[in-house]
Amino acid sequence: MTVVQLPLTRHLVDFGRALREHGLLVGPSEVIDAASAAEALGLQDRERLRAGLAAALLRRSGERRVFDEIFDVYFPSAVGDPTELITPPTLLDADERREHAAMLRDQLAAALASNDTAALQRLAEQSLVDLGRLPNEASAGAFSAAQALDTLAPQTSLAAALQAGTGTDGPLFTAAFRRDELRSRIGEFRAAVESAARRRNAEVRGRQRISRYAVRPSTDRTLFILAGPQELAELRATIGPLARKLATRLAAKRRRRNRGQIDLRNTLRRSLATGGIPVRPAYRIRPPHKPDLVVLADFSSSVAGFSRFTILLMQALQAQFNKVRIIGFVNVCSDLTELFASAPPGSDLTEEIRDVREMTRWHRNSDYGSALADFVDNHLDAVTPRSTVLILGDARSNHTDPRIDALRVIRDRARTVIWLNPEPARSWGSGDSETAVYGQVVEMHECATIAHLRQVVSRLLPV
Amino acid sequence: MSVETVQEDLAGSGYLASDAIATTVFLAEQLGKPLLVEGPAGVGKTELAKAVARARGARLIRLQCYEGVDEARALYEWNHAKQLLRITAERAAGESASGSSGADGDSGWASVRDDIFTDEFLLARPLLAAIRSEEPVVLLIDELDKADVEIEGLLLEVLSDFAITVPELGTIEATHTPFVVVTSNATRELSEALRRRCLFLHIDYPSPELEQQIVEAAVPDLPSALAESVVRLVARLRELPLRKSPSISETIDWARTLLALGASDLSPEIVRDNLGVLLKHRDDIERAAASLDIH
Repeated sequence: MTVVQLPLTRHLVDFGRALREHGLLVGPSEVIDAASAAEALGLQDRERLRAGLAAALLRRSGERRVFDEIFDVYFPSAVGDPTELITPPTLLDADERREHAAMLRDQLAAALASNDTAALQRLAEQSLVDLGRLPNEASAGAFSAAQALDTLAPQTSLAAALQAGTGTDGPLFTAAFRRDELRSRIGEFRAAVESAARRRNAEVRGRQRISRYAVRPSTDRTLFILAGPQELAELRATIGPLARKLATRLAAKRRRRNRGQIDLRNTLRRSLATGGIPVRPAYRIRPPHKPDLVVLADFSSSVAGFSRFTILLMQALQAQFNKVRIIGFVNVCSDLTELFASAPPGSDLTEEIRDVREMTRWHRNSDYGSALADFVDNHLDAVTPRSTVLILGDARSNHTDPRIDALRVIRDRARTVIWLNPEPARSWGSGDSETAVYGQVVEMHECATIAHLRQVVSRLLPV
Repeated sequence: MSVETVQEDLAGSGYLASDAIATTVFLAEQLGKPLLVEGPAGVGKTELAKAVARARGARLIRLQCYEGVDEARALYEWNHAKQLLRITAERAAGESASGSSGADGDSGWASVRDDIFTDEFLLARPLLAAIRSEEPVVLLIDELDKADVEIEGLLLEVLSDFAITVPELGTIEATHTPFVVVTSNATRELSEALRRRCLFLHIDYPSPELEQQIVEAAVPDLPSALAESVVRLVARLRELPLRKSPSISETIDWARTLLALGASDLSPEIVRDNLGVLLKHRDDIERAAASLDIH
C-alpha cells in the first residue's frame, strides 16, 4: 500500500518534527490543525501563514521565538538572492572590506533615521552577503552573521542616525528618547541579519541541520549557567508566574486541609446550653499555616550564571511570600534578606551582591563545609519545624571537608530541605563535586533549566 | 469569508485587530475550534470576544472565573426549591383527589421522580446556556487561570465536543457551534489537555502604528502629532522594568487627559504631573521619572 503524500503535508510534518526537537509539544493532532490552517489560509501571505501555524502549533508564549526562527528556516522569505540585491563586489583585503562596511553603515544610518523597514531588510541581506561570506574551502557558500556584524558594527551608526533624524522631530519632548528607539531598531537589524544567515545556510547545509544547531534553545531549556543578558530578560518573565504559582499552590492546599474537624472541647461546652445534647457542633479552626522559606544560596564565581538566576528567583519569591530569609554564602554565610527586601522589584542586584564582603573569609573559593557549619552556628534560628529550606548551589566544594553533620542538623530541624543543583545531572560527582555525599542526606534535584524548575515547583515542594 | 473581511468586521464593531489577531480569529471560525488568548493585562483580550460577538450579531455569554467557581456556577444546577414545591403540590393534589393516600404511593413517587428531573427544573449556567442556545453565541470564559484546576476537567468535554452530559437527562449537544474564547493572565499554568484543544493566540502590546490608530479612533479630537508622541512615550515606558506596564486602556486614558488639559505638545512638566494616569505604583512612577529625566 502506498500513501501519496502532498509535498506541503510532508513539509509540515518535518516542520513539526523540528519543533519537537526543540522541546515543543507538537503531536499529530497539532500537525493536523496546522495543515487545516494552511489550507484555510493559502500560501500567498507569509506573515498570515506564520500567525496561523503559530495558533495551531504553539501552546504557550515562551515558545514563540523558537517557533519564529524555525519558521524562517522552513518557510524562507525567498530562495537565493532577492532580486533587488546589488551583486556583491569581491572584497579581497581587509582595507577594502572596511571601506565597504563604512559605505553600508552610511546607508544604514539613513535607513534607521527614516525608519524604512524595507530598506533595513534589504541592507541586512546585503551586509550578510558582502561581509559575512565565509572564506575557507570547507564552508563554501556558507555565511556567518557574527562575522558580518563584527565588520559592520551597526551600533556605530547610531550617532549618525540621531543627527540625521532630528530635523523631522523638532524640539518635541519625544526627541529625548529617540536614542532608545534607534537602539531597539538596531537590535531588530541585527536579528534580521541573523535570520538571513539562517535562511542562506539552510539552503547550503540542509534545513534539518540548521534548525537543529543554529536555533537558540527556548528559555525553558537554556542552561542557567550559560544564560546571557538576552535570555535573562526572558527568564525574568518566566520566573514571575512560577513564584506566584508556588504561592497560590501553598494557599490552596492550606484552605483545603482546614475542613470539617470537630473541636470536641468547644462542642461539649456549647452542648451545655441544650442539656448536654450537641446540637451545634464547633469545628476546629486551625491557624493557617504560613509557609516560611529559608533560601541558602551559593554566590561563588563558579555558579555566576546560576546566581543571576538565583537572584531573579529570590526577588520573585520575596514578592510572593511574607516570610523569606535569604542567606548567601561563598565560604561563610551572610544574611541578604534586607538587601532583597529593600531593592525595588526588577532591579539588577548582581553588582550589589558581588560587593557583599561578608560571604568570604580567608579566600574567595567556595567551601560548602565551612558555609554549612557557619549557618548552623549563626543562623540556625531562622529554621523552624515549619520552614522549607532551599539550597541553591553546585556542591563543588574545592576538596574541603563537606561537614555532612552540619547539613544533618539543618535537615532534622527543618520541615524539608531541598537542594537545587544548577549542574546537569550527568556531571554530578565528577571532580570536587560533593553531590553523592550531600545527596544521601537531602533530596537533590537537577535545576539547570526553567523546565526543571517548573517540575520542582509543581511536584516536589511539600504543602 | 477571508482574513480581510474578519478584520473589517472587527474594525466595524470598534476593535482594530492586528493581522495576526484577525488571522487567528478567522481560523478559529473556519476550524470551529476554541481560542485560548493569553497576554498581559489590558491588551484587549476580553474586548476581542465582545467585538466578535458584536461583529457577528451573536449573543455574548460570559463565564467569569474566580477561585472556587464550581460545577453549579459553570454548568447547570437543579432548581431544588422548585422541585420541592412540585412534590408538595403533587401530594396535595393526590390527597384531595382520593381522600386516602398510600394505595398507589409507589407509582406516584415514580411519576414524580420522572417529573422533577426534567428541563423545567434545570437552571442553565453559562456553559449549558451556550450549548443549548438556539441562536449563534460567543462564549467567553474569562480569566480561567483564576479558577481551580478541577474546572478545567469540566471544560474539556465542552471545548472538544461542544456537548454537556447531565446524568439524569443524557448528553446535550450544541445545535450551533459556539465561538469560544478562553482568556488567561497566566497566573497559573493551564493544563496541557486544555491547551491542546484550543488554538493559541498571544496578544502583546500593539505595534506603535496600530496603537496610534487605536488612540485616534478612541479620542478623535486629539491632534495626530500628539497621539504619536503619546504612543512613543508609552512604548518607551514599556521597555522599562516596571511592576505594571501601561496598557492600551491607560494609553487612551492618558490621551483623554491631555486633551482635557488642552495640551498641544508633551513637555516634561505635563508628563511628570500626569504620569499617575499611566502608572499605578509609586516606585514605577519614580523609576519612569528618573529614566525620562524629568525630576
